[in-house]
Amino acid sequence: MFKKLIVFILIGVIGYMLTVTFSNIPLGENRIGSLDNPETVSAFYLNKSPQDLKVANTITAIVVNFRGFDTLGEVTVLFLAATGLASILYRKEDEEEEENIKHFAHRLNLPSSSLVRTGAKILFPLLLLLGIYVFIHGHLTPGGGFQGGAIIATGFLLMLISYKGFQTNHKVMVWLESLAGLGFVGIGLYGLIAYGSFLQNTGWTGNLNDLISGGLIPLIYIFIGIKVATELTNVLDILLNIKPRKK
Amino acid sequence: MTEFQILFEQHKDLITIAVYGTSIALIVIGLYAVLMKKHLIKIVIGLSIMDAGIHLLFVAIGYISGGTAPIFSRGNENAGARMVDPVPQALVLTAIVIGFAITALALSLIIRLYKHHHTANIDQLNSLKW
Repeated sequence: MFKKLIVFILIGVIGYMLTVTFSNIPLGENRIGSLDNPETVSAFYLNKSPQDLKVANTITAIVVNFRGFDTLGEVTVLFLAATGLASILYRKEDEEEEENIKHFAHRLNLPSSSLVRTGAKILFPLLLLLGIYVFIHGHLTPGGGFQGGAIIATGFLLMLISYKGFQTNHKVMVWLESLAGLGFVGIGLYGLIAYGSFLQNTGWTGNLNDLISGGLIPLIYIFIGIKVATELTNVLDILLNIKPRKK
Repeated sequence: MTEFQILFEQHKDLITIAVYGTSIALIVIGLYAVLMKKHLIKIVIGLSIMDAGIHLLFVAIGYISGGTAPIFSRGNENAGARMVDPVPQALVLTAIVIGFAITALALSLIIRLYKHHHTANIDQLNSLKW
């Protein structure tokens, strides 16, 4: 009872303070300022992205180019989450745990209906295609590596829940993930050697709205897309295959 | 002025209350679930709700009346003055990915705890209590 009172007082104070703070920030006001004499970082990005980098999607320019090092750290966090998940859920085969899981495994092993299976078979290649399209066009249209990777992982999730025997090729996944991560770091090191700073973009940028434009940005986003797709698929695979494996 | 912008200027107070109110309400609801719920999965759901509220707040701060998505097209290299703020959107993209990582890791820990203690209720997980 006493705890409940404290929680409600705390929530009231936090809600009140947030309300007071945001009542002073008008919605829809232009806080960017002039683009020609950029004084804010947003104005600088909006000015620089189409003029110098020739990247149509400003958010891609920020995520991959201006804040590229941050994105490398973000991909590392995702990798660590997938690794941590695998190591936490790793277990040896023993009787006690199999007994514990039996009533879940019973429900997990029920076959899905033929409607779901046929639909999944048709949708799976289309989802892969859409995901690859989204991350290849990350610098031109909304979306990018993270979104495309998530779409591909959705396709794998569909297959994993509609076919009980469906298993991803573990070796291919590990190799794709490692090569994509190495490719990202390799591009960074290439910038360091050739242009003097880590993840520096090339001088050549092409034309705005071309598929091949923006220097190294599309290449980096393709690597991120492959890495995110394999990592999310691995996470889903680990979480769904909690039933005991055959020896 | 576009049609949407006229509508936005007409109902500015209402839209402000709706957007900020929704996001602050989501944050507070998430906080309530984290503090009051006894089941671990409900606590993780509370964290996800808080995440959603913060993302909504971020994107709402970056909105500029009448602004378009910050994507350029050929021949319109100077259209940047009519675009919304791109920085909060890029930060939210990062925050969503980190939120996913946190949720996945927390759920795996809960699975481990459940297998060990046969319960996910924090009142019954008292083996470290003294």
